[in-house]
Amino acid sequence: MVIVGSGKAAARAVIGLREFGWKGSITLIGEEKHLPYDLPPLSKAAISAEEEPQLTLLLDESMLASLGVTRISGIAATAIDRAAKTVTLADGRRIAYLKLLIATGARARELNIPGGEYARTLRSFEDSVALRAAFTPGCKIAIIGAGFIGLELAASASKRGCTVTVIEAQPRILMRGVPQEISDVVAARHKAAGVAILTGAQIDRVEKDGVILTGGRKIDADVIVGGIGAAPEISLAQAAGLTIDNGIACNALLQTSDPDIYAAGDCCSFPHGVFGNRRLRFEAWRSAQDQGAVAAENMTGGGKAHEAIPWFWSDQYELTLQIAGMPGDGVSSVRRQIKDDAFILFHLDAGGMLVGASGIGPGNTIARDIRLAEMLIAKRAAPTPAQLADPAFQLKSLLRG
Amino acid sequence: MAQWIAACAAGDIDAEDVMRFDHGGKTYALYRSPDDKYYATDGICTHEHAYLTDGLVMDNIVECPKHNGRFDYRTGAAKGAPVCVNLKTYPVKVEAGKVLIDVG
Repeated sequence: MVIVGSGKAAARAVIGLREFGWKGSITLIGEEKHLPYDLPPLSKAAISAEEEPQLTLLLDESMLASLGVTRISGIAATAIDRAAKTVTLADGRRIAYLKLLIATGARARELNIPGGEYARTLRSFEDSVALRAAFTPGCKIAIIGAGFIGLELAASASKRGCTVTVIEAQPRILMRGVPQEISDVVAARHKAAGVAILTGAQIDRVEKDGVILTGGRKIDADVIVGGIGAAPEISLAQAAGLTIDNGIACNALLQTSDPDIYAAGDCCSFPHGVFGNRRLRFEAWRSAQDQGAVAAENMTGGGKAHEAIPWFWSDQYELTLQIAGMPGDGVSSVRRQIKDDAFILFHLDAGGMLVGASGIGPGNTIARDIRLAEMLIAKRAAPTPAQLADPAFQLKSLLRG
Repeated sequence: MAQWIAACAAGDIDAEDVMRFDHGGKTYALYRSPDDKYYATDGICTHEHAYLTDGLVMDNIVECPKHNGRFDYRTGAAKGAPVCVNLKTYPVKVEAGKVLIDVG
Protein backbone atom coordinates (compact mmCIF):
# COMPACT_ATOMS: atom_id res chain seq x y z
CA MET A 1 0.00 0.00 0.00
CA VAL A 2 1.30 3.44 -0.90
CA ILE A 3 0.02 6.76 0.41
CA VAL A 4 0.96 10.10 -1.13
CA GLY A 5 0.47 12.97 1.29
CA SER A 6 1.32 13.74 4.88
CA GLY A 7 -1.70 15.48 6.38
CA LYS A 8 -4.63 14.31 8.44
CA ALA A 9 -6.20 12.02 5.83
CA ALA A 10 -2.87 10.30 5.10
CA ALA A 11 -2.04 9.85 8.78
CA ARG A 12 -5.48 8.43 9.57
CA ALA A 13 -5.26 6.05 6.60
CA VAL A 14 -1.91 4.70 7.81
CA ILE A 15 -3.46 3.80 11.15
CA GLY A 16 -6.59 2.52 9.41
CA LEU A 17 -4.74 0.11 7.14
CA ARG A 18 -3.39 -1.70 10.20
CA GLU A 19 -6.75 -1.48 12.04
CA PHE A 20 -8.39 -3.19 9.07
CA GLY A 21 -5.81 -5.97 9.12
CA TRP A 22 -3.38 -5.08 6.35
CA LYS A 23 -0.16 -6.97 7.15
CA GLY A 24 1.92 -6.05 4.10
CA SER A 25 4.10 -3.02 3.49
CA ILE A 26 2.93 0.59 3.83
CA THR A 27 4.90 3.43 2.23
CA LEU A 28 4.08 7.03 3.12
CA ILE A 29 5.40 9.59 0.62
CA GLY A 30 5.43 13.22 1.77
CA GLU A 31 6.75 16.18 -0.15
CA GLU A 32 7.44 18.03 3.09
CA LYS A 33 10.42 17.01 5.16
CA HIS A 34 8.39 16.88 8.38
CA LEU A 35 6.59 13.98 9.97
CA PRO A 36 2.83 14.20 9.34
CA TYR A 37 1.56 17.21 11.29
CA ASP A 38 -1.70 18.93 12.10
CA LEU A 39 -2.76 22.10 10.29
CA PRO A 40 -5.44 23.67 12.57
CA PRO A 41 -2.96 25.25 15.03
CA LEU A 42 -1.08 27.07 12.24
CA SER A 43 -3.51 29.98 12.05
CA LYS A 44 -4.22 30.06 15.79
CA ALA A 45 -1.89 29.04 18.66
CA ALA A 46 1.20 28.76 16.43
CA ILE A 47 0.87 32.49 15.69
CA SER A 48 -0.61 33.85 18.91
CA ALA A 49 1.03 31.82 21.71
CA GLU A 50 3.97 33.16 23.68
CA GLU A 51 6.02 30.04 23.09
CA GLU A 52 7.74 29.40 19.80
CA PRO A 53 5.55 27.18 17.62
CA GLN A 54 6.19 23.46 17.47
CA LEU A 55 4.80 20.95 15.05
CA THR A 56 1.75 19.09 16.34
CA LEU A 57 2.64 15.65 15.05
CA LEU A 58 -0.06 13.28 13.86
CA LEU A 59 2.37 10.35 13.78
CA ASP A 60 5.81 10.29 15.37
CA GLU A 61 8.80 8.08 14.64
CA SER A 62 7.87 5.49 17.26
CA MET A 63 4.27 5.23 16.02
CA LEU A 64 5.48 4.83 12.44
CA ALA A 65 7.94 2.17 13.56
CA SER A 66 5.32 0.25 15.52
CA LEU A 67 2.94 0.45 12.55
CA GLY A 68 5.72 -0.79 10.25
CA VAL A 69 5.57 2.20 7.90
CA THR A 70 8.31 3.15 5.45
CA ARG A 71 8.43 6.93 5.27
CA ILE A 72 9.81 8.82 2.30
CA SER A 73 9.93 12.52 3.10
CA GLY A 74 11.13 15.70 1.48
CA ILE A 75 10.68 14.20 -1.99
CA ALA A 76 7.69 14.83 -4.23
CA ALA A 77 5.80 12.13 -6.05
CA THR A 78 5.96 13.35 -9.64
CA ALA A 79 4.03 10.75 -11.62
CA ILE A 80 1.83 7.68 -11.43
CA ASP A 81 2.30 4.90 -13.96
CA ARG A 82 -1.10 3.24 -13.74
CA ALA A 83 -0.23 0.40 -16.11
CA ALA A 84 2.89 -0.57 -14.18
CA LYS A 85 1.25 0.44 -10.86
CA THR A 86 4.19 2.52 -9.68
CA VAL A 87 4.65 6.01 -8.25
CA THR A 88 7.66 7.92 -9.57
CA LEU A 89 9.55 10.17 -7.18
CA ALA A 90 11.43 13.37 -7.97
CA ASP A 91 14.72 11.53 -7.53
CA GLY A 92 13.74 8.96 -10.15
CA ARG A 93 12.85 6.13 -7.80
CA ARG A 94 9.76 4.10 -8.57
CA ILE A 95 7.61 2.72 -5.76
CA ALA A 96 5.28 -0.16 -6.65
CA TYR A 97 1.75 -0.20 -5.25
CA LEU A 98 -1.05 -2.69 -4.93
CA LYS A 99 -3.44 0.11 -3.91
CA LEU A 100 -2.55 3.79 -3.89
CA LEU A 101 -4.10 6.56 -1.81
CA ILE A 102 -3.76 10.16 -2.96
CA ALA A 103 -4.14 12.53 -0.01
CA THR A 104 -2.39 15.59 -1.34
CA GLY A 105 -4.68 18.13 0.30
CA ALA A 106 -5.16 21.63 -1.01
CA ARG A 107 -2.99 24.66 -1.65
CA ALA A 108 -3.70 28.29 -0.89
CA ARG A 109 -5.17 30.20 -3.82
CA GLU A 110 -2.91 32.96 -5.10
CA LEU A 111 -4.25 36.47 -5.55
CA ASN A 112 -4.79 37.06 -9.24
CA ILE A 113 -4.44 40.86 -9.16
CA PRO A 114 -1.56 43.21 -9.92
CA GLY A 115 0.98 42.98 -7.12
CA GLY A 116 -0.57 39.74 -5.82
CA GLU A 117 2.95 38.40 -5.28
CA TYR A 118 3.34 40.77 -2.32
CA ALA A 119 0.68 38.87 -0.42
CA ARG A 120 1.83 35.96 1.71
CA THR A 121 -0.31 32.88 2.15
CA LEU A 122 -0.68 30.29 4.88
CA ARG A 123 -0.67 26.58 4.26
CA SER A 124 2.43 24.98 5.78
CA PHE A 125 4.25 25.10 9.09
CA GLU A 126 6.97 27.23 7.48
CA ASP A 127 4.33 29.71 6.27
CA SER A 128 3.00 29.95 9.83
CA VAL A 129 6.46 30.46 11.35
CA ALA A 130 7.19 33.20 8.80
CA LEU A 131 3.90 35.00 9.51
CA ARG A 132 4.49 34.80 13.24
CA ALA A 133 7.95 36.35 12.79
CA ALA A 134 6.47 39.12 10.61
CA PHE A 135 3.59 39.89 13.01
CA THR A 136 5.65 42.02 15.37
CA PRO A 137 3.76 44.06 17.98
CA GLY A 138 2.63 47.40 16.58
CA CYS A 139 3.05 46.52 12.94
CA LYS A 140 0.26 46.98 10.41
CA ILE A 141 -1.28 43.89 8.83
CA ALA A 142 -3.67 43.81 5.87
CA ILE A 143 -5.53 40.56 5.37
CA ILE A 144 -7.28 40.03 2.06
CA GLY A 145 -10.32 37.79 2.46
CA ALA A 146 -12.65 37.45 5.46
CA GLY A 147 -12.99 33.69 5.36
CA PHE A 148 -12.03 31.41 8.23
CA ILE A 149 -8.26 31.52 7.68
CA GLY A 150 -8.23 35.29 7.21
CA LEU A 151 -10.28 35.90 10.35
CA GLU A 152 -8.36 33.41 12.49
CA LEU A 153 -5.15 35.12 11.39
CA ALA A 154 -6.71 38.51 12.19
CA ALA A 155 -7.55 37.31 15.71
CA SER A 156 -4.06 35.86 16.19
CA ALA A 157 -2.32 38.99 14.85
CA SER A 158 -4.45 41.20 17.07
CA LYS A 159 -3.47 39.09 20.09
CA ARG A 160 0.16 39.72 19.14
CA GLY A 161 -0.49 43.46 19.28
CA CYS A 162 -0.65 44.14 15.56
CA THR A 163 -2.98 46.67 13.93
CA VAL A 164 -5.14 44.61 11.62
CA THR A 165 -7.35 45.49 8.66
CA VAL A 166 -9.36 42.77 6.93
CA ILE A 167 -10.45 43.50 3.37
CA GLU A 168 -13.42 41.55 1.98
CA ALA A 169 -15.04 41.91 -1.45
CA GLN A 170 -18.37 40.41 -0.35
CA PRO A 171 -20.99 42.51 1.47
CA ARG A 172 -20.28 40.67 4.74
CA ILE A 173 -17.68 38.40 6.31
CA LEU A 174 -17.91 34.58 6.12
CA MET A 175 -20.44 34.94 3.32
CA ARG A 176 -19.88 31.40 2.08
CA GLY A 177 -19.49 29.80 5.49
CA VAL A 178 -22.20 30.87 7.93
CA PRO A 179 -25.55 32.67 8.22
CA GLN A 180 -25.50 36.38 8.92
CA GLU A 181 -26.68 35.99 12.54
CA ILE A 182 -23.42 34.19 13.23
CA SER A 183 -21.12 36.33 11.11
CA ASP A 184 -22.53 39.39 12.94
CA VAL A 185 -21.28 37.95 16.25
CA VAL A 186 -17.86 37.28 14.74
CA ALA A 187 -17.67 40.77 13.21
CA ALA A 188 -18.62 42.40 16.53
CA ARG A 189 -15.93 40.43 18.36
CA HIS A 190 -13.26 41.51 15.87
CA LYS A 191 -14.41 45.10 16.18
CA ALA A 192 -14.14 44.90 19.96
CA ALA A 193 -10.56 43.68 19.54
CA GLY A 194 -9.78 46.69 17.37
CA VAL A 195 -9.64 44.82 14.06
CA ALA A 196 -10.96 46.93 11.18
CA ILE A 197 -13.10 45.00 8.69
CA LEU A 198 -13.83 46.55 5.30
CA THR A 199 -16.62 44.71 3.47
CA GLY A 200 -17.73 45.25 -0.12
CA ALA A 201 -14.20 46.46 -0.77
CA GLN A 202 -12.79 45.89 -4.25
CA ILE A 203 -9.02 45.81 -4.60
CA ASP A 204 -7.29 47.54 -7.48
CA ARG A 205 -3.77 46.36 -6.76
CA VAL A 206 -1.34 45.33 -4.07
CA GLU A 207 1.89 47.19 -3.48
CA LYS A 208 4.86 46.36 -1.31
CA ASP A 209 3.61 48.62 1.50
CA GLY A 210 -0.14 48.41 1.20
CA VAL A 211 -3.34 47.51 -0.58
CA ILE A 212 -4.94 49.97 -3.01
CA LEU A 213 -8.73 49.79 -3.21
CA THR A 214 -10.76 50.68 -6.29
CA GLY A 215 -11.21 54.42 -6.03
CA GLY A 216 -7.67 54.94 -4.77
CA ARG A 217 -7.86 54.51 -1.00
CA LYS A 218 -4.69 52.92 0.31
CA ILE A 219 -4.57 50.56 3.29
CA ASP A 220 -1.01 50.87 4.60
CA ALA A 221 0.50 47.59 5.66
CA ASP A 222 3.85 46.19 6.74
CA VAL A 223 2.61 42.67 6.02
CA ILE A 224 -0.04 41.63 3.51
CA VAL A 225 -1.71 38.22 3.69
CA GLY A 226 -4.03 36.63 1.15
CA GLY A 227 -6.71 34.35 2.57
CA ILE A 228 -8.95 33.76 -0.41
CA GLY A 229 -9.48 30.05 -0.10
CA ALA A 230 -7.81 26.88 -1.24
CA ALA A 231 -7.70 24.79 -4.38
CA PRO A 232 -7.51 20.99 -4.36
CA GLU A 233 -4.04 19.65 -5.13
CA ILE A 234 -4.84 17.52 -8.17
CA SER A 235 -1.76 17.81 -10.38
CA LEU A 236 -0.49 14.26 -9.76
CA ALA A 237 -3.92 12.73 -10.35
CA GLN A 238 -4.64 14.89 -13.37
CA ALA A 239 -1.34 14.02 -15.05
CA ALA A 240 -2.16 10.35 -14.50
CA GLY A 241 -5.44 10.79 -16.38
CA LEU A 242 -7.76 10.31 -13.40
CA THR A 243 -11.15 11.98 -13.67
CA ILE A 244 -11.24 15.45 -12.10
CA ASP A 245 -14.46 17.13 -11.00
CA ASN A 246 -14.04 19.73 -8.26
CA GLY A 247 -11.00 17.79 -7.09
CA ILE A 248 -10.13 14.18 -7.78
CA ALA A 249 -13.47 12.56 -8.60
CA CYS A 250 -14.21 9.55 -6.41
CA ASN A 251 -17.20 7.30 -5.94
CA ALA A 252 -18.83 6.92 -2.52
CA LEU A 253 -16.13 4.38 -1.60
CA LEU A 254 -13.51 7.10 -2.25
CA GLN A 255 -12.23 5.14 -5.23
CA THR A 256 -11.04 7.25 -8.17
CA SER A 257 -11.71 6.46 -11.83
CA ASP A 258 -8.89 3.89 -11.46
CA PRO A 259 -10.15 1.17 -9.07
CA ASP A 260 -6.67 0.65 -7.59
CA ILE A 261 -6.32 4.33 -6.68
CA TYR A 262 -8.22 6.01 -3.85
CA ALA A 263 -8.28 9.64 -2.71
CA ALA A 264 -9.14 11.26 0.62
CA GLY A 265 -9.28 14.69 2.21
CA ASP A 266 -9.29 18.19 0.71
CA CYS A 267 -8.13 16.95 -2.70
CA CYS A 268 -11.15 14.82 -3.58
CA SER A 269 -14.89 15.03 -4.26
CA PHE A 270 -17.45 12.26 -3.90
CA PRO A 271 -21.22 11.76 -4.03
CA HIS A 272 -22.70 12.10 -0.54
CA GLY A 273 -25.57 9.73 0.22
CA VAL A 274 -27.11 11.89 2.92
CA PHE A 275 -27.27 14.93 0.63
CA GLY A 276 -28.96 13.40 -2.42
CA ASN A 277 -25.72 11.89 -3.78
CA ARG A 278 -24.59 15.39 -4.70
CA ARG A 279 -20.87 15.58 -5.49
CA LEU A 280 -19.22 17.39 -2.57
CA ARG A 281 -15.70 18.27 -1.54
CA PHE A 282 -14.82 19.30 2.00
CA GLU A 283 -11.83 21.20 3.29
CA ALA A 284 -12.13 20.18 6.90
CA TRP A 285 -10.06 18.38 9.50
CA ARG A 286 -12.77 15.94 10.55
CA SER A 287 -13.70 15.08 6.97
CA ALA A 288 -10.05 14.36 6.21
CA GLN A 289 -9.92 12.07 9.22
CA ASP A 290 -13.18 10.28 8.36
CA GLN A 291 -12.16 9.87 4.72
CA GLY A 292 -8.70 8.54 5.61
CA ALA A 293 -10.35 5.82 7.67
CA VAL A 294 -12.91 4.92 4.99
CA ALA A 295 -10.28 4.82 2.23
CA ALA A 296 -8.12 2.50 4.37
CA GLU A 297 -11.06 0.20 5.00
CA ASN A 298 -11.89 -0.02 1.30
CA MET A 299 -8.24 -0.38 0.19
CA THR A 300 -8.13 -3.49 2.36
CA GLY A 301 -11.22 -4.99 0.74
CA GLY A 302 -14.05 -3.22 2.54
CA GLY A 303 -17.11 -1.74 0.87
CA LYS A 304 -17.91 1.22 3.08
CA ALA A 305 -19.52 4.33 1.62
CA HIS A 306 -18.26 7.61 3.05
CA GLU A 307 -21.38 9.11 4.58
CA ALA A 308 -19.98 11.02 7.55
CA ILE A 309 -21.71 14.34 8.06
CA PRO A 310 -19.31 17.24 7.47
CA TRP A 311 -18.33 19.05 10.64
CA PHE A 312 -16.16 22.10 10.95
CA TRP A 313 -14.94 24.44 13.62
CA SER A 314 -13.15 27.78 13.85
CA ASP A 315 -11.62 29.37 16.94
CA GLN A 316 -11.34 33.16 17.09
CA TYR A 317 -10.52 34.82 20.42
CA GLU A 318 -12.52 32.93 23.09
CA LEU A 319 -15.25 32.10 20.58
CA THR A 320 -15.73 28.76 18.88
CA LEU A 321 -17.93 28.45 15.86
CA GLN A 322 -19.09 25.02 14.72
CA ILE A 323 -20.97 23.90 11.65
CA ALA A 324 -22.44 20.48 10.95
CA GLY A 325 -24.10 19.30 7.77
CA MET A 326 -25.00 21.59 4.88
CA PRO A 327 -26.58 24.77 6.30
CA GLY A 328 -26.99 26.14 2.77
CA ASP A 329 -29.45 23.34 1.98
CA GLY A 330 -31.91 24.69 4.54
CA VAL A 331 -34.87 26.85 3.60
CA SER A 332 -35.74 27.84 7.16
CA SER A 333 -33.90 27.97 10.44
CA VAL A 334 -34.72 27.67 14.13
CA ARG A 335 -32.67 29.40 16.80
CA ARG A 336 -31.78 27.67 20.06
CA GLN A 337 -30.33 30.01 22.67
CA ILE A 338 -27.96 27.81 24.69
CA LYS A 339 -26.74 30.62 26.93
CA ASP A 340 -26.85 34.41 26.77
CA ASP A 341 -23.75 34.44 24.58
CA ALA A 342 -24.17 31.12 22.78
CA PHE A 343 -26.71 29.96 20.22
CA ILE A 344 -27.28 27.44 17.45
CA LEU A 345 -29.24 27.81 14.24
CA PHE A 346 -30.78 24.58 13.02
CA HIS A 347 -31.38 24.52 9.29
CA LEU A 348 -34.37 22.61 7.92
CA ASP A 349 -35.21 21.73 4.33
CA ALA A 350 -38.63 22.17 2.75
CA GLY A 351 -39.75 18.80 4.11
CA GLY A 352 -38.76 19.73 7.66
CA MET A 353 -35.68 17.48 7.66
CA LEU A 354 -32.67 18.71 9.58
CA VAL A 355 -29.85 19.35 7.06
CA GLY A 356 -27.46 21.59 8.95
CA ALA A 357 -26.61 23.34 12.19
CA SER A 358 -24.38 26.33 12.81
CA GLY A 359 -23.54 27.70 16.21
CA ILE A 360 -21.27 30.08 18.05
CA GLY A 361 -20.35 30.62 21.67
CA PRO A 362 -17.42 30.87 24.06
CA GLY A 363 -15.37 27.72 24.54
CA ASN A 364 -17.26 24.54 23.80
CA THR A 365 -20.72 25.71 24.94
CA ILE A 366 -22.38 24.69 21.69
CA ALA A 367 -20.37 21.52 21.02
CA ARG A 368 -22.77 19.00 22.51
CA ASP A 369 -25.88 20.13 20.67
CA ILE A 370 -23.98 20.53 17.40
CA ARG A 371 -22.74 16.96 17.80
CA LEU A 372 -26.29 15.77 18.41
CA ALA A 373 -27.43 17.72 15.37
CA GLU A 374 -24.80 15.93 13.33
CA MET A 375 -26.19 12.57 14.44
CA LEU A 376 -29.75 13.68 13.76
CA ILE A 377 -28.76 14.81 10.25
CA ALA A 378 -27.16 11.41 9.61
CA LYS A 379 -30.39 9.80 10.81
CA ARG A 380 -32.37 12.03 8.43
CA ALA A 381 -34.45 13.20 11.38
CA ALA A 382 -37.13 15.86 11.23
CA PRO A 383 -37.34 17.36 14.73
CA THR A 384 -40.10 19.87 15.33
CA PRO A 385 -39.14 23.56 15.47
CA ALA A 386 -40.38 23.63 19.09
CA GLN A 387 -38.03 20.82 20.08
CA LEU A 388 -35.10 22.51 18.38
CA ALA A 389 -35.81 25.92 19.86
CA ASP A 390 -36.17 24.78 23.48
CA PRO A 391 -32.73 24.55 25.14
CA ALA A 392 -34.25 22.36 27.87
CA PHE A 393 -35.43 19.79 25.34
CA GLN A 394 -32.96 16.88 25.18
CA LEU A 395 -32.06 16.39 21.54
CA LYS A 396 -30.50 13.10 22.58
CA SER A 397 -33.96 11.66 23.15
CA LEU A 398 -34.64 11.95 19.38
CA LEU A 399 -31.83 9.51 18.62
CA ARG A 400 -33.55 6.66 20.41
CA GLY A 401 -35.71 4.22 18.55
CA MET B 1 -4.09 6.87 50.37
CA ALA B 2 -7.81 7.22 49.81
CA GLN B 3 -9.07 10.77 50.02
CA TRP B 4 -12.83 10.84 49.54
CA ILE B 5 -14.31 14.20 48.57
CA ALA B 6 -18.02 14.93 48.27
CA ALA B 7 -18.45 16.28 44.76
CA CYS B 8 -22.20 16.76 44.38
CA ALA B 9 -25.61 15.33 45.18
CA ALA B 10 -26.48 12.13 43.34
CA GLY B 11 -29.41 13.86 41.67
CA ASP B 12 -27.24 16.68 40.32
CA ILE B 13 -26.15 14.54 37.39
CA ASP B 14 -28.74 13.29 34.91
CA ALA B 15 -28.58 9.69 33.78
CA GLU B 16 -26.26 9.31 30.78
CA ASP B 17 -24.63 12.64 31.45
CA VAL B 18 -21.48 14.23 32.79
CA MET B 19 -20.67 17.01 35.27
CA ARG B 20 -17.54 19.00 35.90
CA PHE B 21 -15.95 18.98 39.35
CA ASP B 22 -12.90 21.09 40.21
CA HIS B 23 -10.83 20.25 43.26
CA GLY B 24 -7.25 20.98 44.31
CA GLY B 25 -6.43 22.67 41.02
CA LYS B 26 -7.62 19.71 38.99
CA THR B 27 -10.69 19.15 36.89
CA TYR B 28 -12.59 15.90 37.13
CA ALA B 29 -15.49 14.58 35.10
CA LEU B 30 -18.26 12.78 36.99
CA TYR B 31 -20.59 10.50 35.06
CA ARG B 32 -23.89 8.82 35.72
CA SER B 33 -24.39 5.87 33.40
CA PRO B 34 -27.74 4.87 31.82
CA ASP B 35 -27.90 1.98 34.34
CA ASP B 36 -27.50 4.49 37.18
CA LYS B 37 -23.90 3.88 38.22
CA TYR B 38 -21.43 6.69 38.91
CA TYR B 39 -17.91 7.04 37.51
CA ALA B 40 -15.14 9.63 37.46
CA THR B 41 -12.24 10.41 35.13
CA ASP B 42 -9.84 13.25 34.49
CA GLY B 43 -11.84 16.16 33.14
CA ILE B 44 -9.52 17.07 30.30
CA CYS B 45 -9.02 15.13 27.09
CA THR B 46 -5.70 13.32 26.61
CA HIS B 47 -5.43 14.60 23.03
CA GLU B 48 -5.56 18.39 23.26
CA HIS B 49 -6.78 20.70 25.98
CA ALA B 50 -10.57 20.50 26.06
CA TYR B 51 -13.03 19.87 28.88
CA LEU B 52 -14.68 16.51 28.41
CA THR B 53 -17.52 17.80 30.54
CA ASP B 54 -18.63 19.88 27.51
CA GLY B 55 -18.78 16.67 25.51
CA LEU B 56 -21.56 14.27 24.74
CA VAL B 57 -22.24 11.12 26.76
CA MET B 58 -23.81 8.24 24.86
CA ASP B 59 -24.21 4.92 26.68
CA ASN B 60 -20.81 4.34 28.32
CA ILE B 61 -18.85 6.63 26.03
CA VAL B 62 -17.85 10.25 26.50
CA GLU B 63 -16.83 12.16 23.42
CA CYS B 64 -14.47 15.11 23.47
CA PRO B 65 -16.22 18.31 22.29
CA LYS B 66 -13.23 19.40 20.24
CA HIS B 67 -12.14 16.52 18.04
CA ASN B 68 -14.56 13.73 18.97
CA GLY B 69 -11.97 11.57 20.68
CA ARG B 70 -13.99 8.84 22.44
CA PHE B 71 -13.39 7.19 25.79
CA ASP B 72 -15.19 4.50 27.79
CA TYR B 73 -15.66 6.48 30.99
CA ARG B 74 -15.99 3.31 33.08
CA THR B 75 -12.42 2.22 32.31
CA GLY B 76 -10.88 5.35 30.78
CA ALA B 77 -10.05 3.35 27.64
CA ALA B 78 -9.41 5.45 24.52
CA LYS B 79 -11.59 4.16 21.68
CA GLY B 80 -9.41 4.95 18.66
CA ALA B 81 -8.04 7.87 16.61
CA PRO B 82 -7.53 10.70 17.25
CA VAL B 83 -7.13 9.61 20.89
CA CYS B 84 -4.63 6.93 21.82
CA VAL B 85 -3.88 7.72 25.49
CA ASN B 86 -6.34 6.40 28.08
CA LEU B 87 -8.06 8.66 30.59
CA LYS B 88 -7.20 8.28 34.25
CA THR B 89 -10.16 7.05 36.28
CA TYR B 90 -11.00 7.57 39.97
CA PRO B 91 -13.04 5.48 42.41
CA VAL B 92 -16.53 6.81 43.08
CA LYS B 93 -19.14 5.90 45.67
CA VAL B 94 -22.56 7.21 46.63
CA GLU B 95 -23.30 7.69 50.33
CA ALA B 96 -26.29 9.41 51.86
CA GLY B 97 -27.26 10.86 48.52
CA LYS B 98 -23.80 12.34 47.91
CA VAL B 99 -21.39 11.38 45.14
CA LEU B 100 -17.91 10.92 46.62
CA ILE B 101 -14.73 10.75 44.57
CA ASP B 102 -11.40 9.38 45.76
CA VAL B 103 -8.82 11.93 44.63
CA GLY B 104 -6.06 10.48 46.79
